[in-house]
Amino acid sequence: MTIRPMIAFKKSTGLLVAPLVALLAFAAALGDAGPARAEITIDITRGNVEPLPIAVTDFVGKSGAAARAGRDIAGVIAANLERSGLFKPIDRKAFIQSSGALNALPRFGDWRVINAQALVQGRTEVVSDGRLRVEFRLWDVFSEQQMIGLAYFTVPDNWRRVAHIISDAIYKRVTGEEGYFDTRIVYVAEQPKSAKGVGRNRLNPFGKRLAIMDQDGENHRFLTDGTTLVLTPRFSPTLQEITYMSYFRNNPRVYIFNIDTGRQEVLGDFPGMTFAPRFSPDGKKIIMSMAKDGNSEIYVMDLRTRVVRQLTFHSAIDTSPSFSPDADHIVFNSDRGGSQQLYVMDDRGKNVRRISFGNGRYATPVWSPRGDLIAFTKLSGGRFFIGVMKPDGSGERLLAEDFKIEGPTWAPNGRVLIFYRKGQTNRDGSGGQSKLWSIDLTGHNEREIPTPMDASDPAWSPLIP
Amino acid sequence: MRFKVLGMVAALALAVSACESTSGSGAGASGSGQSITPLPAAAPLALKDQFVVDVGDRVFFAFDRFDVEQDQKKVLDVQAAWLKKYSSVTVTIEGHADERGTREYNLALGERRANAVKEYLIYLGIDAKRIKTVSYGEERPVALGSDETAWSQNRRGVTVVTGPGS
Repeated sequence: MTIRPMIAFKKSTGLLVAPLVALLAFAAALGDAGPARAEITIDITRGNVEPLPIAVTDFVGKSGAAARAGRDIAGVIAANLERSGLFKPIDRKAFIQSSGALNALPRFGDWRVINAQALVQGRTEVVSDGRLRVEFRLWDVFSEQQMIGLAYFTVPDNWRRVAHIISDAIYKRVTGEEGYFDTRIVYVAEQPKSAKGVGRNRLNPFGKRLAIMDQDGENHRFLTDGTTLVLTPRFSPTLQEITYMSYFRNNPRVYIFNIDTGRQEVLGDFPGMTFAPRFSPDGKKIIMSMAKDGNSEIYVMDLRTRVVRQLTFHSAIDTSPSFSPDADHIVFNSDRGGSQQLYVMDDRGKNVRRISFGNGRYATPVWSPRGDLIAFTKLSGGRFFIGVMKPDGSGERLLAEDFKIEGPTWAPNGRVLIFYRKGQTNRDGSGGQSKLWSIDLTGHNEREIPTPMDASDPAWSPLIP
Repeated sequence: MRFKVLGMVAALALAVSACESTSGSGAGASGSGQSITPLPAAAPLALKDQFVVDVGDRVFFAFDRFDVEQDQKKVLDVQAAWLKKYSSVTVTIEGHADERGTREYNLALGERRANAVKEYLIYLGIDAKRIKTVSYGEERPVALGSDETAWSQNRRGVTVVTGPGS
C-alpha cells in the first residue's frame, strides 16, 4: 500500500560526499569562495511578477538509463518552475550550448544571448550499487556565479522526487522562501451525476472517493473505492495519516486513514455526527465538529489519551475549526451572530471574538502555515470568493470569484492556495464539473491542477520529510 | 406476484440495512423449496410506499433556514397522524441542503433541518425513540440544476420509513 519511497533518500549538502566536495572545489577554483551571493532574486510578495527567464538543460548521463533520468528530471523541474509563475523556462530549441558540453563550465555568453538569467545544469549517474546519483548547479548567468550546487543519491524509480527536491532548492535560492514542489495533494475524486461511472450508489450518488497524487498530478491513486461517501480529507503534519469524514454504514463520522497501511479507523465514539476534522499543528490532536440534537459544537480530541474536550457551547452552528500554527488559537465558522462569520478563540475555547465584518457570509477558515493570514470562502451576492485576511480580521483580500469555489488549502510555504471550482449544473445533470485550481497569494497565476476525474475538497501536504 | 414481492423486498433490504425481520404476512420464502434466507416482512415495503405516495415524505425549507414553515407543518401533521396509526413504524429523517453553501456548514444545516422535523413530530406526540436523524448536507441533491427551482427542492427534510419496530 505504501507510496512513500521504500529506500532511504540521502540528501547531500556538498560537505558530506567526496565526489561533490571535489566538484565544489572545482567551482570554487573559478574564483569564488563558497556559494556566491545571488544577484538574481524574485520578490514573491509582489503581484504579477515578470517571470525569470531560466534555462533548464537536460541533466547529462552517460548510460542510457542515466541519460533518460536526466532528461526526465530536467523536464519535471522546468514544469514545476513554470507552474509557479515565477520562472519562464526557455524553449530548449533556443539553446546554443548543448547539454553534453556542459560538463565543463557553462559558456555564459551563449546563455546571455538567449536572455537566460539563470541556468540549471546537472549530471546523472547510476553508481555501482545501483543507486542514481543526481547533481545539479544553478548559475547566475550575468554574474557568472554558481548560486547553489547539490548532489543526491536515490533509487532510480525515485527520480521524480529528486526533481521536486531540486525544484524546491532552486525556488528557495532565488526567492528566499521554502518551496512546495515535494508535496502531495489528497482530495475527493467524483463524477458528475450524468456520467456513466462505477462505484456509485444511492448513498454516494457522485461516487466520491479519496485520492492522492503529487502536487503536479503525477503518481495518482485512489485510496477508497467509492462505495461509501467520503468528504473533507486533511493531511496530518506527520504525513502518514489523513483525517476525513465517511458515511460508512450510513453513519457519518470522522475517520483516520493511514496512507502506508490503508487502514481506516473511526475516531472516538460520539453520540452524533462528527465532521469538519483537522489535525493540530503537532499532529497529536484532531479538532472537529459534532452535531447532536441539531446543534453543532467544536471538540478537540487527544489522539493518544482519547480525551475529548468541548470548546464551544452555543446553540448556533459552530464548525470548520482550524488551529493557528502555534496551536494557541483556533479560527472557526459560526452563525451565532445571525449569519455565517469567522471567529477566533483561544485553545481552551475562551476569548471568542468575531473577525469577519465584510458584506456577505464567510466560511471554511484555514490558518496559513506561516501564521500571518487566514484563508476563507466568502459568499456574497450569489457568488463565491476565495480570500485571505489577517488573524485580526483586517486586510481582507479576495483572490478568486466564481459561481461556486470553496475550500482553500495552503501550500506549506503559505504562498499558494489550492481550492475547488464547481460549474453550474444543467437540468439534465450535465455540466457541474468540479476541478482543483491553484492561485498565488498575490491573486495571480491561477491554474487548473489536472485530475483524471472531477475533484473537490483538496488538502495540501506539508513538505515530504 | 410472489416473486415480484420477494424481489422488491430484497431491494428494500439492500437499500435499508437497518430493516429487521418480523412475523408479518408474506415474510421469507416459505414453501418455495429454494434456499432463500428469510427476508424482512413485505408489510413495511407497502407502508414505505404508502407513506411516500399518500402521506408525503418531505418538507422544504427557505434558504439558510431550518424552521418548519406553516404550510410545511401540514405535511408533518399528516405524517404524525399516520405514524400514530402505524405505531410500530420507525423512521429516519434526512436533512439536506442546496449547493449554495459551503460543505461543512451545509452538513450542520442539514442536521438542524432533520432535527427540526423530528422535534415537530415529537411535539405532535410521536415517540422520540422511533425517530432517527441523519444529515447529508449538499451531498444528495434530488433535483439537478443550478437554479432556484432545483435549490428549493433540495433544501428538504425527508422522512424515510426504515422498518417496523421490533
